[in-house]
Amino acid sequence: MIITLMLPSFDFRSAESTWVGLDKSLSNGRLIGFSYEDMTVRGNNKPITVILNKDPKTGEVFDPPRRAYVYKPGTPFASPINHPDNLGPTVKKLSIEKGRIDRADMSQGAVFTIDYADVNGEEWAYVVNKTALAGWQPQSVLDFAGDANQKYVGRGKTVYITEGCWWCHTLLPEHTQDWQVFGTPPYLGDFNGEMPTAFGSDRKAPDILHVASRNSSREWMMMHFFNPRLVQPNSIMPRFDYLWGPVDVNGKPIDFSKWRDEYDEYRTGQRAYPPEVPEYARDTEIRALIDWVLTSLK
Amino acid sequence: MMKYLFAKNEDIPAGTASIYFGFSSIWWFVIGTGLGSFNAAKLAFPDFVTGTELFAFGHMRQVHVLAVIVGWISMAFGMTMMYMTPALGKTKLWSEKLGIWTALLWNVGLSLGLILLWMGITSGREYSDLIWPIDLVVIFGVLVPLGINVWMTIAQRRTQGIYITNWFFGACIFMVTITILVGQSAEIFNLTGLTEAYLTFWHAHNLLGLWITPVAAAIAYYVIPKLTGNPLYSHRIGHLHFWAIIAFYSTPASHHLLSAPLPEWLKSFASVEGVLILIPAIAFVANILLTLKGRWSMFVENVEIKFSVTGVLLAIPLNMQGGFQQTRAINWYVHGTGWIVAHAHLALLGMSSFLEAAAVYFGLQSAMRRKLYSLALANFHYWFFIIGFCTYWITMTIAGLIQGAGKIYEVPYIDVVIAEHPYMIGRWVGGTMVFTGNMVWLYNMYMTAREGTVVPKGRYAHELAYER
Repeated sequence: MIITLMLPSFDFRSAESTWVGLDKSLSNGRLIGFSYEDMTVRGNNKPITVILNKDPKTGEVFDPPRRAYVYKPGTPFASPINHPDNLGPTVKKLSIEKGRIDRADMSQGAVFTIDYADVNGEEWAYVVNKTALAGWQPQSVLDFAGDANQKYVGRGKTVYITEGCWWCHTLLPEHTQDWQVFGTPPYLGDFNGEMPTAFGSDRKAPDILHVASRNSSREWMMMHFFNPRLVQPNSIMPRFDYLWGPVDVNGKPIDFSKWRDEYDEYRTGQRAYPPEVPEYARDTEIRALIDWVLTSLK
Repeated sequence: MMKYLFAKNEDIPAGTASIYFGFSSIWWFVIGTGLGSFNAAKLAFPDFVTGTELFAFGHMRQVHVLAVIVGWISMAFGMTMMYMTPALGKTKLWSEKLGIWTALLWNVGLSLGLILLWMGITSGREYSDLIWPIDLVVIFGVLVPLGINVWMTIAQRRTQGIYITNWFFGACIFMVTITILVGQSAEIFNLTGLTEAYLTFWHAHNLLGLWITPVAAAIAYYVIPKLTGNPLYSHRIGHLHFWAIIAFYSTPASHHLLSAPLPEWLKSFASVEGVLILIPAIAFVANILLTLKGRWSMFVENVEIKFSVTGVLLAIPLNMQGGFQQTRAINWYVHGTGWIVAHAHLALLGMSSFLEAAAVYFGLQSAMRRKLYSLALANFHYWFFIIGFCTYWITMTIAGLIQGAGKIYEVPYIDVVIAEHPYMIGRWVGGTMVFTGNMVWLYNMYMTAREGTVVPKGRYAHELAYER
């Protein structure tokens, strides 16, 4: 017990966060499972990931677009902000000295980005507190970006946890086609500050760590989540139509039973095309889930 | 049973806590296998029940897993501890009242935890899905009182030594408490990243290695000598089993994370320790099978021996698989496939559940001092259980091999899903057979309590069971 519990932890504390690790922990927020801030695990109190094409203060154009992590006042900060040891020694030093993450205040809210710095000829990613350094205010960044560029990544990871997606889809690619075809293997610093990691141990379906780099179509994701048999007739994935909630984007009630009847007609050959999948409303769980899949899993 | 909750300890008949635990465990077994059958149906026919999140697979699977592990298996362990520990110490249970309260709190806490999980209030950590307040209830409301009861009973024994079963009981309650405390520390103290992932699987594996398989083995050490009348073949081998588990079984957790960027030495260490698990495994199986020398006819005649020896025989493939599938070469092929699902069910539904079923059959008859209501129904239960289990195990093993081949030969995943479909139906059929058998068992035990022939003083229920 002692050997396997005590010794590995020495390695973990010196693990330096990669960009992936910083991105995941900043976009997920403090915790995904049960916590006092979110007792019913509904994805409340999560940060919003914003895709910025321009600097909201100076108007400088970002090419490629950059991600900012907006914590509204009262949203609990991610673990690496509260406990910078999670970042690893070098990244911690950069984030505090250059990024001033120690000046972030939860009651005021904050906007973080990830920057790069050169240390002895090596490139390191570190966290920047843009509220302290450039005066970016959470609400003004959100307003500047508009709804289309706001991604509910943290809430989406929560939906992934509560819906138990990880019972079938792992987030831990194996040394098989996962590494050879789908994307790079995970690195040591990819997980700093993430909780829960939700790797999953069963694969009734493909690994999805890099799924958005294989398929980045929002329309495909919508059809697949509403009824997986629309895009893959032999899929055994459950339907997640209940994540749409009662109304669609125009506020009209979604008639699920009518949809199923029409889908059954399509399945039995009485219709040429399946019924349209309703467009999801702004604040639904499905939007968060798709945001998470398409933004975080690239 | 409720009337004893506030009675004086002296007024509670011996065995009351055991009966309460026993019926609870059978009830949870029915619920757990029913949910398993339901989930299996969803995997074979994904449009089976749709449109509500309450019956979605992702909400149901963890309820099935925890109903079986914490409800059925662990309550059956509680039941056996309530009657075996005093019997082996030639004494009474330290406190029947504490036992009854433990069982009540266990049922309430588990029901609460499962309802929360069902609604999606989960910690999101595999096999430690219960949120940590519920875990604290499990530790301080259930395991610690259970432990105090067992340890105090052992302490006030009237025998000179401590029989191997009680060694296991005492140690395993201690170790599982530590396992849950350390495993949940990630959540309580907000440990993150690979530390959290490692602790999750450390907890998940040690739940099996330090609780389920050793306590199931301890039950066999009691039931088989008791029913056959043969003494245990060797206490020394029993101690080898015990200390080898302590040494080797708490370490192989990271074989679940061989493709994670954990330290390489840790993964190799886990693989080597995993193969060393064969030492306690072979010691246990050899010891029990040699104990049966000259009494193998009872395997056919006696329903408790039938169940427990089947469990011991299933420990052979279980440990052969377990020892080798965590080496890197084999893990690469089978990890994450249905093979692992088959292996997990071989451990929990095969080896362990058969042993517990034998102990619950035997213990309920002795505690209630009633002859089994129907031997035919017990045999029906046995055959539905074993055929259903084998159907499940064999189909899932084949499905796992197909899936492993698909995984490493870069076959598109959907082709694997199509190829697996017949086996998913087989899995559902097997699981449903086990569920059916368990409903019959619950009926049989209920009727035993109500209408079973009363066993006269000085005779054992299992002696009378086969007298017409």
